[in-house]
Amino acid sequence: MDSQDSGVARPVLEGPDIARVLTRIAHEIVERAKGAEDVVLLGIPTRGVFLGRRLAAKLEEITGRKIPVGSLDITMYRDDLRMHPPRALARTDIPGDGIDGRLVVLVDDVLFSGRTIRAALDALNDIGRPRAVQLAVLVDRGHRELPIRADYVGKNLPTSLRETVKVQLAEEDGRDAVLLGAKPTAPAGER
Amino acid sequence: MMRHLISAADLTRDDAVLILDTAEEMARVADRPIKKLPALRGRTVVNLFFEDSTRTRISFEAAEKRLSADVINFAAKGSSVSKGESLKDTAQTLEAMGVDAVVIRHGASGAPYRLATSGWIDASVINAGDGTHQHPTQALLDAFTMRRRLVGRDAGLGQDLAGKNVTIVGDILHSRVARSNVDLLHTLGAEVTLVAPPTLVPVGVEHWPCEVSYDLDRVLPKSDAVMMLRVQRERMNAAFFPTEREYSRRYGLDGDRMAKMPEHAVVMHPGPMVRGMEITAEVADSDRCTVVEQVANGVSIRMAVLYLLLGGNEPAVTHSRTEEK
Amino acid sequence: MSKILIRGAKVLGGEAQDVLVDGETIAEVGSGLGAEGATVVEADGRILLPGLVDLHTHLREPGREDSETVLTGTRAAASGGFTSVFAMANTFPVADTAGVVEQVWRLGKESGYCDVQPIGAVTVGLEGKKLAELGAMHESAAGVTVFSDDGKCVDDAVIMRRALEYVKAFGGVVAQHAQEPRLTEGAQMNEGVVSAELGLGGWPAVAEESIIARDVLLAEHVGSRVHICHLSTAGSVEIVRWAKSRGIDVTAEVTPHHLLLTDELVRTYNPVYKVNPPLRTERDVMALREALADGTIDIVATDHAPHPHEDKDCEWGAAAMGMVGLETALSVVQHTMVDTGLLTWAGVAERMSHTPARIGRATGHGRPVSAGEPANLTLVDPAYRGAVDPAGFASRSRNTPYEGRELPGRVTHTWLRGRATLVDGKLQ
Repeated sequence: MDSQDSGVARPVLEGPDIARVLTRIAHEIVERAKGAEDVVLLGIPTRGVFLGRRLAAKLEEITGRKIPVGSLDITMYRDDLRMHPPRALARTDIPGDGIDGRLVVLVDDVLFSGRTIRAALDALNDIGRPRAVQLAVLVDRGHRELPIRADYVGKNLPTSLRETVKVQLAEEDGRDAVLLGAKPTAPAGER
Repeated sequence: MMRHLISAADLTRDDAVLILDTAEEMARVADRPIKKLPALRGRTVVNLFFEDSTRTRISFEAAEKRLSADVINFAAKGSSVSKGESLKDTAQTLEAMGVDAVVIRHGASGAPYRLATSGWIDASVINAGDGTHQHPTQALLDAFTMRRRLVGRDAGLGQDLAGKNVTIVGDILHSRVARSNVDLLHTLGAEVTLVAPPTLVPVGVEHWPCEVSYDLDRVLPKSDAVMMLRVQRERMNAAFFPTEREYSRRYGLDGDRMAKMPEHAVVMHPGPMVRGMEITAEVADSDRCTVVEQVANGVSIRMAVLYLLLGGNEPAVTHSRTEEK
Repeated sequence: MSKILIRGAKVLGGEAQDVLVDGETIAEVGSGLGAEGATVVEADGRILLPGLVDLHTHLREPGREDSETVLTGTRAAASGGFTSVFAMANTFPVADTAGVVEQVWRLGKESGYCDVQPIGAVTVGLEGKKLAELGAMHESAAGVTVFSDDGKCVDDAVIMRRALEYVKAFGGVVAQHAQEPRLTEGAQMNEGVVSAELGLGGWPAVAEESIIARDVLLAEHVGSRVHICHLSTAGSVEIVRWAKSRGIDVTAEVTPHHLLLTDELVRTYNPVYKVNPPLRTERDVMALREALADGTIDIVATDHAPHPHEDKDCEWGAAAMGMVGLETALSVVQHTMVDTGLLTWAGVAERMSHTPARIGRATGHGRPVSAGEPANLTLVDPAYRGAVDPAGFASRSRNTPYEGRELPGRVTHTWLRGRATLVDGKLQ
């Protein structure tokens, strides 16, 4: 009965909203990074990678320059690694010129506890030494457990811990949307 | 659920593909300035080697260190083992030191299985080669090498080796590499043909999921990969074949024979090679020979296995060994 | 001496009868026998057999008292219903002189649980090179009639021929451990499908069969008798069947474990299944059962081979070969032969008492259960069902392949010449 799950979830951002929001973030990056000359975008798998590529495309439109974009898998840096069976690894793909001395903008779909970003900072540390690291997220739903904040936020979405935020992107899910739903209360063990 | 890797036959197709895919990501670490991942931080792995095998040992050691494990190397030679200490006592001594996993190489077939199932220790056991039984990480790295060469690095992700023809040539009887490869390649959908003089094929081979041929020249034209196994010269003295020269003539791979293989086909060898015996220098040094790649891939595969067995609270790889009735 | 009345026992599995034992002898067999002055044992329909005779036991003393002694081994024998055991010669020192066989024989007398008949080595030090003093061992107090290098094969055809000829002088018999040594170098288990998979050195059936074929022909040629130890393959059965049909004086034994277990068990790499000759295939097991039923194989012998825990608590390749068997033999035979309808209890008595006693010339054993015969008796409860628990063994060693396995039947009483050695399953 998965109709119940999706039936409860309500869209807070639709396709056009997401496009608009990404355009805004792209402009903010250009502005704050003074032309985005040394920017490297690194998306966090899975959906952060797609968002990173979309952002890069928008940046290229704005600046007329090729923007290096890649992916950063944080699986082995998670602080809950030992609490679950090992997860399949995702791709880490660092653009050819590396990240040393550059401005790395991490891109993720939802900012929640902040633990993913902490893991990403650790992962970056094993790859090189950026000039600075910034964070862009599509949604900030609050409830931080670590002293981490986003530099670029698509939408601030106050939520309760009983709610779920689900980002759908055309590349993975066939459509663009951010859905706010109620956490399924019933069977424990379901994610 | 078991937490060990004892036999290639224990792996399901999905387990094996997961290991190969994970190894593909691990391989990318080798291209980074810092070749290190934190996955096994705080885990202690002992390399318990009752047989000399510098290659396998350093391959595991490199994999363990790249995953940030604490590594203890234990070579039986010159230790209390050579003074009569049993495998059980050695293993328990190591476990008392807080070892999370034992990578074991042993001359007796079944020693790793025994270590994993006898209740002597709680640590995970990874078989790094036992007697003439199994060498599962070798089979995995061979399959990984084949998938890269025959399917593609990225195109291979999530794929098995369905429809590929693999020929394994040499001393099948005494080879743990052959046994592991037959099991794994069959699981991955490849068609395996063993080629050897009849004296070097085990009685009972007809129950293996593969073909057997005594004629190398007939098999070469349809092979996508040809794996040459080392043939030890001592075998000659036990009358397995008459002379070294006759062996190389009938079962060795030289340039002329290699020319009979399809354009895309590769030559593999688990090493160490006996040049002039089972393989000529011309073949060993050609672009089609993957020996050096296999060594590099060995580290990635062992990283993948270690991560999937030890990286979480329980293994990601599931096992299904046929138990006794 | 006291009297014992065994009331309502099915003698050899037949009608329930009373058996009165007076002193060392059976006084009377009939129904409604008076009980005056006798200790009464209510048999309640249990099976009464002549005391079992094991032609193939390793008692390990002298030399390996850590695995078994004559005393612990004979206690195990009494627990299993045996009143006579033949002790193999591969001790330290080897039983290849009159001195060693007399020592074992004397230890057996002292134990009091079971008669011990030493087997003498065929060759000095079991080395297969030089005949041991077979005549001296025969003439010693031990009166050796069975000679064997068991554990090793007398592989030299000339030595085997001479031994077969030589023992004719005093009615002896050579019991051959049939194992061609060159074909079994490095052998760890039966050669076949399982060994190919497990990568354990193969022990081909032909290594056993070729020696048996040679030896029956040698026995025919020199007009001697030969006994084949622990026959384990379907091919060996065919050869012995052929030899018997030709009139060759050959007898053969099978162990309980070869009647039940197969090499599939080796997949566990648990050395408790490591034995010489190795466990074979299902097809062999079935052929052995059939051969034991039709008389091609004459007897069951345990090849009771005790080993200390550490010799089995290790990797397969390093482990010792052998299994204890005295205390489970009858249960395995009931399970594989009686409960399957292949043998009657009278057939069991034939194969585990009468015939082994005849082959080994064990006087006073393997006799009929009738008046005037020595009171060597075993009472069996065939209805009993229970899991094998090695902790309860009388043997000093625990290397049984049946731990935890449910087997039928239990020996409740054993009498050695009228003296109870086992009562209600408890050693006396």
